[in-house]
Amino acid sequence: MDMNRRQFLKYVASMFVISLWPLGLTGWAGGLDGDILSTQPQLKRKKLIVLFQRGAVDGLSVVVPYGDGRYYDARPTIAIPSGGNPDSVLDLNGYFGLHPALESILPLWKNKTLGFVHACGSPDPTRSHFDAQNFMECGTPGNPSTPDGWMNRLLAVLPGAHSPTQAVSLGPIMPRIFQGKMNVANVALGKNAAHAMPIDRPMVESAFDELYKGDDPLAQAYLQGQKARKQLLSDLQQHMAMADNGAPSPDGFVDSAHRLAQLMREDPNIQLVFLDLGGWDTHVNQGSVKGQLANHLKSLGDGLGALVQGLGDIYPDTVILVMSEFGRTVHENGDGGTDHGHGNAMWVMGGSTQGGQIQGHWPGLDTSALYESRDLDVTTDFRAVIGAVLQQHMQLNDDQLSVVFPTIPQAQAPLKII
Amino acid sequence: MKTFFLFISISVMIVTQPSLVLAEEIPSQLKALHVLNRLGFGPAPGDIDRVNAMGVENYIHQQLYPDTIAEPSSLTGELNKLGTYSLDTSELFEEYGPPPKVDGQKPDRALIRAQSKKARIILHEAVQARLMQAIESPKQLQELMVDFWYNHFNVYGQKELDRLWVGDYEREAIRPYVLGHFRDLLEATAKHPAMLFYLDNWQNVNPNNVMKRHGKKSRGLNENYARELMELHTLGVNGGYTQDDVIALARILTGWGFRHKAGSDGNYKFYFNEKLHDPSDKVFLGQTIHGSGEQEVEEALDILAKSPATAKHISFQLAQFFVADDPDPALVDWLSQEFESTDGDIRAVLQTLFESPQFWDVKNYGHKFKTPYQYVISAVRATGQAVTNYRPLFEMLRELGMPTDECQTPDGYKNTQEAWLNSDGMLRRINFATALAFGRIKINEEQLPVKYDDLAAVFDDQFSPSTMQAIQKAPAHLRAVLVLGSPEMMRK
Repeated sequence: MDMNRRQFLKYVASMFVISLWPLGLTGWAGGLDGDILSTQPQLKRKKLIVLFQRGAVDGLSVVVPYGDGRYYDARPTIAIPSGGNPDSVLDLNGYFGLHPALESILPLWKNKTLGFVHACGSPDPTRSHFDAQNFMECGTPGNPSTPDGWMNRLLAVLPGAHSPTQAVSLGPIMPRIFQGKMNVANVALGKNAAHAMPIDRPMVESAFDELYKGDDPLAQAYLQGQKARKQLLSDLQQHMAMADNGAPSPDGFVDSAHRLAQLMREDPNIQLVFLDLGGWDTHVNQGSVKGQLANHLKSLGDGLGALVQGLGDIYPDTVILVMSEFGRTVHENGDGGTDHGHGNAMWVMGGSTQGGQIQGHWPGLDTSALYESRDLDVTTDFRAVIGAVLQQHMQLNDDQLSVVFPTIPQAQAPLKII
Repeated sequence: MKTFFLFISISVMIVTQPSLVLAEEIPSQLKALHVLNRLGFGPAPGDIDRVNAMGVENYIHQQLYPDTIAEPSSLTGELNKLGTYSLDTSELFEEYGPPPKVDGQKPDRALIRAQSKKARIILHEAVQARLMQAIESPKQLQELMVDFWYNHFNVYGQKELDRLWVGDYEREAIRPYVLGHFRDLLEATAKHPAMLFYLDNWQNVNPNNVMKRHGKKSRGLNENYARELMELHTLGVNGGYTQDDVIALARILTGWGFRHKAGSDGNYKFYFNEKLHDPSDKVFLGQTIHGSGEQEVEEALDILAKSPATAKHISFQLAQFFVADDPDPALVDWLSQEFESTDGDIRAVLQTLFESPQFWDVKNYGHKFKTPYQYVISAVRATGQAVTNYRPLFEMLRELGMPTDECQTPDGYKNTQEAWLNSDGMLRRINFATALAFGRIKINEEQLPVKYDDLAAVFDDQFSPSTMQAIQKAPAHLRAVLVLGSPEMMRK
């Protein structure tokens, strides 16, 4: 039975194949109308971008405990070497170092707008991608039936009137984290983002305008949709025209990040953004300084660098969270990869954040400190980090926070985000 | 003064019991379209004439007895071509599951990946079978009920091993029972490995029997299925059970799983493992269930299926699905009585529903907002075009947020306007309607544009004045587009 269970879990791991960059078909959704900048301008300006790394990134390769020899013992072929040369970790604080593929965001660490919470994650023991992602998106570990996602609940508690483009999901389908009662706009940022859809043809449009000119709920939904679409489309087309002057990036995510930054600058109503990236499930040939994981990290780091640069003077009003459903085993496996683990590192970026430090309690890699003797433990609940962001950055009060997360286990050390 | 109070009390009665008011019945020329919309996925070319020729009542009766309706041989032939749709859970695991582990050898990851990739065809064929039957089968009510019960007993088709079994689950645990007795449906879903895996009951074991392994947390009770079995499948969320009942039911269900020991008979099929079962007596919903192994589960399922709360819960859902998002409580009560008095005979309950004044009330006509699944299927049916390539339909349903067999949460997809009407969805539906009418969706080789006159005939020209006006104002080549994207098409 046990043998089969293990076999199952491995199989389960291998079956969850996630597609790469989420660029797809376009579509828009909107909520109630209203100029959200008209009331409480300071609060409305605060923005939150959540980037989800689907597939469980190996956090020990992102924020590397190079000061602990056990890390190198556990990973004879895939560890990131220390040594202060281009093929080694980029030192962060004398004990932890950054993966060298993330070089383009090292300046953000140095200017203290990038930090990490290590040994962070969900308290639920599951090693199933599906369950763990579900828990992180609905925000209720252990209870998969929560009907809505925490970002939709967050949208609901944000004060003031809601605009059609206040919350934007990037990608072809509405993710679990954004599902719920509130309307969320949906836009893809791929190369085809501004391509025409059938409804954009003037004759088709005017025919449907005539069909849905009433004031019943269908007509209202149609009108709202057209309004949000026209807004985002014009934002994107302006940007595309400008981008054509420079050489377009060959990399999907960097390109998308550019467009996201531009979109947020063009449309001040955008306040909550979610996007996800796949390709982190590195069971085989994970690589070290170079290789599969390094390639993905480089793309992510370059994209985040581009995003921060593009956000420009709204970066101080923005927090970017990068998270993943769980971490990976401390020991490398027999295929030069790592298997599903537990604790991970969460990234916190933002122009006003207290970056340049690694927060949370580091339990270490001693076997006795490992979760189930194999994985980095979770000492900070992911909800504690997000909760701190929502209170310190988005200015949520306790009541509002309890709607977003009904329970938040307290962090061992207080988290200073702003 | 007395008359004044009398007046008040009468008006209160009328407000709270709308069924007392004589409902205005749907005009007879709309009845054929109404039953085609509500007992199935909307009219295909010729359907309205057929229903009118045989009579609306006869049509309903025939739909309630799908065994009397012949399936076209073309459909059966196409279904038979879907190789994985006829395999059972054991065969599917053998053919598409992970390669067997050899002692002393490390698992071949390339092979595992290859198997995983190969397994994708299962979900693909399962969804194709679903859509194909919904679009083509003359047993429309049966197909609609497959959709209803699948969502009621939802299994997420992308959860790991459920990728292998979701088609078998629909075919073996749902489809045969959709118009039968509720208790049989409950039993079939409770014993299917897809459900046991999805809601984790295969891991639900007596904590006292499991040896603690070094460094691992001991396994034990898993309440997931027990809770959903009451909350979603039977009693309903306010069905009068407590957390103690959840625990008692979880203990009753310990050892209730499927066999997964290589080389044994009946592998990956339902199996009750006595050794992992908690043999003690339990008190469940106020009744003592004596420790008797597998029989305990049968007793618990009996209690749940017979509970008035279950009758009410299922009746509400049926009334909501077939009549209105916010169904008349009097109708729900009436259906509950029928459910209880017939021991959960779904066919009898539906017969009552189709005879109810609420079902024929003109205020409910054309008022139910279609789910994306219903919308896409009804649009394709209306065009009368043969579908040889289902991929664009899968993709459309995914875009609309309703990929078939892929609802992650155990409560399944909702069927209310509140759940599905949003601006994003409206624009996507309209884009789909436009592309479909122009023949730009590759559902077949020909990709013919749809002719307005043909489409108008399918609906017997039953459009509202405002829709008719918009159609008449539009240039000729856009008229079919407007029909497929009209409110009459979005609703039923």
